[in-house]
Amino acid sequence: MIGEISPGLVIIVGALLIPFLPGKARNVWGVLLPILAFAQFMTLEAGSDGLIDVMGLELTTIRVDGLSRIFGIIFMIATLISAIYQFHVGGWLQHTAGMIYAGSAIGAVFAGDLITLFLFWEGTAIASVFLIWASQTQRAYSAGMRYLVMQVGSGVLLLAGTLVHYGQTGSIAFESFDIETTAGLLIFVAFGIKAAFPFLHNWLQDAYPEATVTGTVMLSAFTTKLAIYSLARGYAGTEILVPIGATMTAFPIFYAVIENDLRRVLAYSLNNQLGFMIVGVGIGTDLAISGAAAHAFCHILYKALLFMSVGAVLFRTGTAKGSELGGLYRTMPWTAVFCAIGAASISAFPLFSGFVSKSLIISAALKEGYFWTWMVLLFASAGVFHHSGIKIPFFAFFAHDSGMRPKEAPTNMLIAMAIAAFLCIAIGVYPAPLYAILPFDVTYHAYTVEHVVTQLQLLVFSALAFTVLMRTGLYPPELRSTNLDTDWFWRGLGRSVVRRLGSVSGRGWGALAANGSKACWRFIEGVYRRAGPEGILARTRPTGAMAIWMTLILTAFLLIAYL
Amino acid sequence: MIPESFVPHLPALQIVLPLLAALIAALVRNGTVGWLLALVVSWLMVPVSMAMLGAVLDGGTISYALGGWRPPLGIEYRVDAPAGYLLVLVSAMGALAMTYAPRSLASEIPVGKRGLYYSMYLTCLAGLLGMAITGDAFNVFVFMEISSLAMYAMIAMGKDRRALVAAFQYLIIGTIGATFYVIGIGFLFASTGTLNMVDMALRLQDLGDSRPAFAGLAFIVVGIGLKLAIFPLHLWLPNAYAYSPSVASAFLASTATKVAVYLLLRFIFSVFGVDQTFDDLPLTEFLLVLSAAAMVIASAVAIFQMNVKRMLAYSSVSQIGYITLGIALASQAGLTGGIAHLFNHAIIKACLFFAIGAVVYRCGVVKLDQLAGIGRKMPLTMGAFVIAGLGLIGVPGTAGFVSKWYLILGAAEQGLWLLVIVIVVSSLLAVIYVGRVIEVAWFREPGPALAKASEPPFEILAVTWALAAGTIFFGIFTQYSGGVAGDAAMVLLDGIGPSDATPLLTRDELFDPTVSSGHVETGGGETGGGETGH
Repeated sequence: MIGEISPGLVIIVGALLIPFLPGKARNVWGVLLPILAFAQFMTLEAGSDGLIDVMGLELTTIRVDGLSRIFGIIFMIATLISAIYQFHVGGWLQHTAGMIYAGSAIGAVFAGDLITLFLFWEGTAIASVFLIWASQTQRAYSAGMRYLVMQVGSGVLLLAGTLVHYGQTGSIAFESFDIETTAGLLIFVAFGIKAAFPFLHNWLQDAYPEATVTGTVMLSAFTTKLAIYSLARGYAGTEILVPIGATMTAFPIFYAVIENDLRRVLAYSLNNQLGFMIVGVGIGTDLAISGAAAHAFCHILYKALLFMSVGAVLFRTGTAKGSELGGLYRTMPWTAVFCAIGAASISAFPLFSGFVSKSLIISAALKEGYFWTWMVLLFASAGVFHHSGIKIPFFAFFAHDSGMRPKEAPTNMLIAMAIAAFLCIAIGVYPAPLYAILPFDVTYHAYTVEHVVTQLQLLVFSALAFTVLMRTGLYPPELRSTNLDTDWFWRGLGRSVVRRLGSVSGRGWGALAANGSKACWRFIEGVYRRAGPEGILARTRPTGAMAIWMTLILTAFLLIAYL
Repeated sequence: MIPESFVPHLPALQIVLPLLAALIAALVRNGTVGWLLALVVSWLMVPVSMAMLGAVLDGGTISYALGGWRPPLGIEYRVDAPAGYLLVLVSAMGALAMTYAPRSLASEIPVGKRGLYYSMYLTCLAGLLGMAITGDAFNVFVFMEISSLAMYAMIAMGKDRRALVAAFQYLIIGTIGATFYVIGIGFLFASTGTLNMVDMALRLQDLGDSRPAFAGLAFIVVGIGLKLAIFPLHLWLPNAYAYSPSVASAFLASTATKVAVYLLLRFIFSVFGVDQTFDDLPLTEFLLVLSAAAMVIASAVAIFQMNVKRMLAYSSVSQIGYITLGIALASQAGLTGGIAHLFNHAIIKACLFFAIGAVVYRCGVVKLDQLAGIGRKMPLTMGAFVIAGLGLIGVPGTAGFVSKWYLILGAAEQGLWLLVIVIVVSSLLAVIYVGRVIEVAWFREPGPALAKASEPPFEILAVTWALAAGTIFFGIFTQYSGGVAGDAAMVLLDGIGPSDATPLLTRDELFDPTVSSGHVETGGGETGGGETGH
C-alpha cells in the first residue's frame, strides 16, 4: 500500500492526527487505523524489509516471519477491539496515547533489529503511562510513576544490552541471545521486567487496576505479550525460563484468591497466564513455542474480554470491588454472558479458546519430561478456574444481591465484547485457522477423549472445592484489605507507602516486611532530608560554603597530582 | 548575503557589533530602541557565525589578527570547528531570546530599566561570543569578566527580590572563579612566556612535566568548573536561574554554562593535550566522580523542588554532569556524546525555560501546585514543554537520546559498567521530575489562579515551538547533532600540533605596514596561516 512501512508506524502516524479530528470522526478513524495497518501488513512479504540507515547502522524496521506474523495479527485485532470499546471516551488524549501505544507494540513485533525494537519498546512505555494517569487520581499518579520508572528502566537496560552486544559482536540483529554473556543477561532482564517475572512483577498489579476503564483493556493486551514475543524470539529454549514460568503460574493464584478488587484479581491472573507462555518459551521445542504463541493469541482475547466486562461494571457502578458488587446479572445480562464466556475461555473449558492453546504447552511440558513443571501447570490450571473462572463472574454478577441496578453497558462496549467473545468461541470450536498461522508446523489435536476428560475432571474438582469452601464458610471473604506483595521492596515514592499497610495478609511475610519497610522508609526519609526542599543539598548556601568547596577541590586536585 | 568586503573581518564583527550596540543601548536608555538594537544585532550574528562555520568546514581554521598585531604577540581570534559550532549556538540562542523577549520582559521589568537590560544582554552576548572566538588565554579572562558582570546585572533585574541576593552571591563566587582562572593563567604565562593558546600548547609540549604548569591547570579547571556549575560548585546556579527574568534564565541556561564547558574542552584538549591531562593527571577520575555525583544528586534534588524554574535549574546541574562525563571519558564516542549534549541540552533547556516563561507571562505563577491543569488552558505551550521534557529524559526520537546514546556507548566501550548504571538511574530520575510537571499540568483540574490563562502571544509561542521542533529535528536527523559533534570531538582529540602554529614575526615584519591589517587566513593560507585543514 505505502511501500515498505511498518504497520506499527501506520498506526502511530495516524494517531498523531487524532487531536485534530472532531469527536465522531475520531472514533471512525480509530477503527480505520488498525484496518489500514492490517491492509499494509497484507502487502508485506515474508522476510526483512524497510531498511533505514541511522548513525551508520542499518535498521530493519520490518521483519515478517511466522512468529512476528501471529503476534502482529493479534495485536491488530486487539487494537480494533479496544478502539471500539473506547468510543464513549471524550477528549483526544486517551485515544491518541492508546493508538501510539498500540502502534509501538505492533512496530516492536515487526522490528528486525535491536535498535528498532528499543525505539518502539520505549514508545510503548511512554505512551501507555498516559492511560494510567488519565484516571486523574492521586493513586493513579503514583502508580503510573512507578510503572513508568520500571518500563523506562527496562528500555534503558535493553539499550545497554544492545550496545554491549553491538560492541562485542558488531551486530544489532534481533536474533537469539546467549544468556551467559553480559549483553544476553542485560537484555534478558529488560525483557523480564516487561514480562513481569517474579519480583519484577509488581508494576503490573500496581498500575493496571489504577488505569482508566478503557486503558486497562489496552494495557492488558500489549505490554506483557510484547515481552513474551521478545523472549520467544531471543531466548527460546533457555532452561531458566521453565522454573520462572512455573513460579509465575502458581504464586499469583494465592493473591488472586484473597484480592478484593476484581481488576487486580485479573492482573494477578494475567501474571499466571504469562507463566504458561514463559514455560512454553523455556521448553523451546517447536510445539512449545507454537503453544506459547497460540496461548498469547487466545489470552489477549479472553483477558481483554474479562477486563472489558469488569470495566463495564466499573463504568456503570463506579466500583470493581468484589465486596460491593453482586447480583448485577439482572440488569447487565449481556455483560454477564460475555464475562462468563471470557471466564470459560481462561479456564480452558473445552470448546473455548483457552482449551486449544493451553493444552499445547502442557503437552509439550509432559513430552519433554518436565514432570514437576507439568504438575505445577495442572495445579495452576485448576487455580485459574478458581479465581478467574468462578470468582470474577460470581462476585460481580451473582453472589449476594448488592442492590445495585445499573444500566446495561453502552452499545459500543457490548459490540467490542461481542467481537472478543465470538473469537473466543470460534477458536475453541474450530482451532484450525489459529493452528495455521502458528510459527511452526505442528500437528496437534486438542480434542482427544483423554484430553477433554482430564480437563473436565480438573475443572469439576476445582468447582467442587470452591463450592465446598463457600458452603462451609472457609473461603476467604471479600474484604477491603491491602494485600502485601513483594512490591514492598520496590515502592518508595511517598509516605503513603507506610500508611497503606492497613491490614496485612500473609503472616509469613510479617517480620521480614516490617524490617524491609523500615529500612526502605529510612532510606526515603534520608533522601528527602538531604534532597528535599529544605534538605542540605537543596538549601541556599552561604557564599563562604562555595569558596570552601573551591578550595577543597583545588587542594584535592593538587594533592593527587603531586603525590 | 554578506557583502564581500566584510568577509575578512567577520571575526571582529562578531564581537564589535554587540559591544557597540550595548553602548548605544546604554546611552539611549529606551526599552523599545534597546530591544530593536538587540534584536537586529542578535539576528545579524547568526549569518556572521554561520558564514564563519561554513568557511571553517570548507577550508580549515580561521585566524584573525586583531588590530593587525599578528599572533602570537597580538591577540588572535581563532575559529576552528568546535569554536564555530559554539558561535552558531550562542548567536542562534541570542536571536531566539530577543525574538521572545519584548512582551515577556515588559511584564517583569519596570519601564525605566528595560533599556539597561538590553544593554546588559548585548554586553553579555559580546562576552560569551568573545570567549568562544578568542585564541588568547588572557583575552578569555577579559571576556569572561565582561559577560559575567553583565550576567549579574541581568539576574538582579528579576521581579522576585530574592534575585538580588542570588545575583550578589553569584557576583562574589563568580569573581572568585575568575580569579582562580587568572591565577592559573599566571602560572602558565610564567612557565611558557606566552598567552596565545596555540603557542602555549606547543611550548607546554616542549616543557614536559612541569609543576607550575600543572598548578596552573588545577586553578583553571576549578575556576572554569565554577562557571560551568560542576557539582559541588553549582551552588550559585539554582537561585540565579530561578529568580532571574524568564528570558534571562533561558538565555543563560542555554549559553553561559556551555561556553564555560567549551573553555574547559579548550584547556584540557588543546592547550594541554590528552596525553598530559588524562595520563599524567587524575583528571578522568576527578571529573567522573563529580559528574556522576551531579547526575544523581542534582536530579534527586530536582525531584523535590516545588518551584519549576528552580527544578529546571537543578536539572541543568545534572545535565551538565552528562556533558562533563563525556569529557572525562576522553574517547571519540564519549566526547561526541558530551559535545552533542552541550548542544542538545542548550536547545532543550531553553525550550523548557521559555515554556515556563510563557506561563509566568500569562499567569505569574511558577510553583508546581499552582500549575494544576495548566495544560488544558495552554495546551500548545505545555505541549512544547512535554516534548522538551521527553528530550531531557532522553526518549528516542528526541535530541537528548542521541547524546545519551553516545555517552552509554563511550562508557560501555571502556567497561565502566557502574557509569552505565549511573546514566540509567539519572535518566529514571529525570522521568520522575519531568513526569511530575506533566502530570500536574495535564491531569489535574485547573485551579482558580488559572481562570484567565490562555495561550501566550505569537512570538513567545513561536520561539518555544521552534526549539521544541529542534528537539525532535536533531533527534531524527542525527547527522546534524551526533555527526557534527563527532567532527568537533575529532578536532579536539587530535590536539594541537606544530602545523597549527603561526610563525613568530621578525622585528621587521612586526613593524611592516603591509601586514598590519587584519587577515583571514584559511588552512593552507599563504602568509603563515595554520595548515590544519581538518
